[in-house]
Order: sequence, then C-alpha cells, then structure tokens
Amino acid sequence: MKTKLFLRLRKEKYLQMMALLGIAWIIVFNYAPMYGIIIAFKDYSIIKKISEVDWVGLAWFKEVFTDENFIPIMRNTLAISFMKLIIGFPLPILFAIMLNEIRQVKLKRFVQTVSYLPHFLSWVILGGILMAWLADVGLFNELQTMINPSHTPINYLAKPKYFWLITVFSDIWKELGWSAIIYLAAISGIDPQMYEAATVDGATRFQKIWHITLPSIKGTISILFVLAVANLLNTNFEQILVLKNALNASMAEVIDTYVYRMGVQSGRFSYATAIGLFKSIVALCLLLTANKVTKKLTGHGLY
Amino acid sequence: MRHANSIRISKKERLFDRTNVVIMLIICFVTLYPIWYTVILSFNDGGDAMKGGIFWFPRVFTLDNYRAVFRNSGIITAYSVTVLRTFIGTVTNVFFTAMVAYAFSKKNLFGRKVYMTLGTITMFFNGGLIPFFLLLKNLNLLDNFLVYIIPTMFNFFNLLIFMAFFREIPDSLEESAKIDGANDFVIFLRIILPLSKPVLATIALFTGVWHWNDYFFGVIYINKTSLQPIQTYLYKIVAEAGSSRMAISSPVGVSKSNITSNSIKYATMVVTTLPIVLVYPFLQKYFVKGVMLGAVKG
Repeated sequence: MKTKLFLRLRKEKYLQMMALLGIAWIIVFNYAPMYGIIIAFKDYSIIKKISEVDWVGLAWFKEVFTDENFIPIMRNTLAISFMKLIIGFPLPILFAIMLNEIRQVKLKRFVQTVSYLPHFLSWVILGGILMAWLADVGLFNELQTMINPSHTPINYLAKPKYFWLITVFSDIWKELGWSAIIYLAAISGIDPQMYEAATVDGATRFQKIWHITLPSIKGTISILFVLAVANLLNTNFEQILVLKNALNASMAEVIDTYVYRMGVQSGRFSYATAIGLFKSIVALCLLLTANKVTKKLTGHGLY
Repeated sequence: MRHANSIRISKKERLFDRTNVVIMLIICFVTLYPIWYTVILSFNDGGDAMKGGIFWFPRVFTLDNYRAVFRNSGIITAYSVTVLRTFIGTVTNVFFTAMVAYAFSKKNLFGRKVYMTLGTITMFFNGGLIPFFLLLKNLNLLDNFLVYIIPTMFNFFNLLIFMAFFREIPDSLEESAKIDGANDFVIFLRIILPLSKPVLATIALFTGVWHWNDYFFGVIYINKTSLQPIQTYLYKIVAEAGSSRMAISSPVGVSKSNITSNSIKYATMVVTTLPIVLVYPFLQKYFVKGVMLGAVKG
C-alpha cells in the first residue's frame, strides 16, 4: 500500500510540485489572513505577536455596536447597496433583451462595443470625469445657468444629499454593458425554433420576449441575483473611496471605508477587524438566505 | 382580413424597432460623450476652459497640457511604475495560475479533491482587509514593489477558466511527449501553453486591465511616492479637487502659465487611459468568449 502511493507520487512528482506551489500560495495569502481574524477577539497591538496578546472576548464588538458612527455607516452601506440592487440589477437584463431585438447586425455590434468600453476605465478616471460634470464650474452647472441665469453653481460632489444618486448612477453607467454580456450569452443559447414556432402562432414581439426570452434566461438571472444579494454589504470600495470627500462623508462613509480608516489609517486593528468580521458574517447569512429563497421560487440556485 | 391584420402588426413592429434603435443610440451617446468631453478639455487652454461653454470641440486648442504632463517627473515615475507592474504582474499571474491549473486539471492527481476544496472556499471567505494588511506587513511587502506582484500572482476564478480549457486538449498529445521522455513541467511549457493562446490572451487582458487600473494597492500598501502607480497619483489629485473649491481653479506652478491643475488632470487622464483604448478593439473578441466561458463554468 505504502509503496503504491510512493510510486504514484514519484510518477506525478512534477505535477505535485506545480500543484503544491499553488496550495502554498493559497495558504499564505488566503488562509493566513483567516487566522488573523482572531485579533478581533484580542487586544492586538502592532509591536506584539498575535499569540502574546490577551483575549478580550466580545469587547470590540460591543464597542462597534455602541459606536455613534455605526448607525449612519450601516444606513449608508445598505442604502447604496439596495439602490444598486433595485435599479442596477434589472437594467442590464432589459438592455440585453433590447439589444438582442436589434435587427441591424452592424448597429448591434457598435452598441455592444461602446457599452463595454466604460468597464475598462478605472474608477479614478471616472472620478475625474464626474468632477468635470458635477463640480461648481462643471457641465451640469453650466447647463443650469444657461437655462436659468440666476442659478448659483453647486458642487454636487460636496453635497452629501447627492452622494447616493451619484454613486448608483455612475456605477450603472460604467457596468451596464458589461453586466449584460452574460445575459446576451444566455439569450444566444435559446433555440431559434421556439421563436419561429411562436411567430407561426401569431405571437407579437413583446409576447415572444415575455414567454420565451425571459423564462429561458431565468436560471442565469437567479444565480446572478443570489450573488448580488450576497455582495450587498460590499459597496464598491474603489468607487466610494474616489467619490468620498470631507464634505460628503456623512452620507458616503460605508463599512469598507470605515474599516480602512479605523484600521490602516488610525492603527485600531482589533476594532477594524471586528467590524470586518461582522460584515463577513452578515454577508454569509445573506448568501445562504438568498440562495434558499431563490431556489424555492425559481428552482435555480448556486448549489 | 388576414392581410390587414399582418400589416397592422408589422406597423407596430416597425415602431418597436425604431424606438429600440433610438434608445440604443441614446445609450451610446450617453456613454461616449462624458469621455469625449474630457478629451476636448485636455486639448483646450486651461485658463480659457475655466470660462466654461465648451461642449463639442476645443475652443482654444493647445498641446501645452500634454507638454506639462510629459515634463512632470512625478507623473513619469508613476507611469513607469504602472507599466512595470502591469507587465510583470500580468506575466507572473498568467504563468503561475496556468501552471497550477494544469496540475489541478489532471483528474487522477493525488489529493486533487482536497486542493480544489481549499481553493473553492477562498471564493466565499476571506480574512478581510486588516488581517491581509497585517500579513503583508509581516512579510515586509508594505512599501515594496513586490506587493503588486506576489499577492496578486494567483487567482482561483481564472484557474477554473484555465482548467475548462485544458480539459479540451486531447490526451494523446501529452502521451506522445511522455514517450519521448518529457516530464510534466516540460509538457506544460512546450505543448499546453502554445495550444492555449486564446485563453491566455483572455486572462492576460483581464489581469492586465486590473493592474493598469488599480489605484487601491498604491493607496493602502504603499507610502513612498516613488512606488505609486499612475492611478494612485491621479486619485490624489481627484480626491483633493473633490472637496475643495479652490483647488479647481488654482493654477499649477508659475502664474503666467495658462495651464491649470484641472487641464493637467484631464491630459493625465487621457494619457493614462490611452493604452487601454488602443488594445481594446483587438482583444474584444477574446474577452467576450472569456466571460462566456467563465459564465458557463463558474
């Protein structure tokens, strides 16, 4: 038995070396940080080793929930996420269906090419573009002054009340076309005979969309919906960090930016890890619940 | 009766088609115009641009903004860091992930199930920002160029895409190489990689774009300005301008110049985005396939 395993391992020694290099990387960069989570239950300080510092139980979590910043941060996180889910989730589906209905092949290809493009721009570039539109000397204020000469220019990015809208719509602008690719792939897999049969039966375009296209991509929609709900607390960190500033912070601070500010910038590592862990646990519950509910409703789920 | 009915439907359909085309063209305009607006501002005299009223073309055309960008040593350093990290980061990531994927794709590999389970778990759980930050600190990767390369060298989702592709390669090719005395690593290098150009190009594009666009690593893990990438450099300008009214109109350097911080910002944005816009049309056919492959297997 022993020699058999030995012979097998010797035969695949190069493959094992290649695989174990990958496993070593995964252990260092994925599993070691998971072990690091225990500092959320300890009084960690940067000058000591994790094993040397004292356990403090749930003290950091108590501090998180009683922190006066906690409620506004949760509110901002959930508000931005839910708006992205409610507005941003159905739009790519609608866009994919409408794009699929375009009969001119060249136009279709052109629209596709253009709509993917913003996905390849960075959030920093997008922040710069938004500023050219929304600053007090920006395009929006210019247009408003043209219509109403007595208009006082507003720096939209400095006003907290516009932050959620800016975040949600800039995200849609950037990702609409890209998110639609996966639905387009699903639509292109539909058997054309179904549409032909429906045409013979006298179905209108809208009826074909409603009774053939949508039910055929239901599985894809369900899976992406589960993933979107699981990511509900992951407001796009890169996006928020670019758009957030000292003036709009009251509506812009989300869990991710707060963890960064408390941990990396202020050095309160244990406290920031506790918030991060709270977020991960909620995200896991959301994933499990969304998967269960979606599976019951549509028969499709992640697992 | 029948005839009249079909005409009525086709009229309705034509209306549907036309509305659809108009909506699609509006979407294209809304997508392209903000980008165009930035480009024309980068070619306009900075002082003149502050007066506003530029919508379609530069009013006072100038290349001074670009001259200022190429004369600024800070921008050049940041740009070089980006080029370097994108090149090294993409090559190491694609090679390393493909190599591990090749080993994992062997169905009878000893321990394969454990390896795959370990990897799959990482797609759903991670330690979070702070433990990761502390790990990098312990590994002395903070303020080190290698922070762009080593922690981003492997990607489990890309591994799944590679595996799906490698499975399609006929075993007979590898067997004949084995008879000739090649070991598994040589087979991977000499036979598998050259056959996998489409999937290599797809993953290289995704990884390359990520490296090119990432400003986050530069903000969080790097303090030295000599190591910050161009996106981090831009982030600092953009974030500053967002909160203060004054920064927007204050000119950079000598006051006699008509170059404002804004006009430099736009020129830097264009220079930063140009490489992506240039490779984009050539690689489009690959990434659409790549996304679909990922969609089916993921």
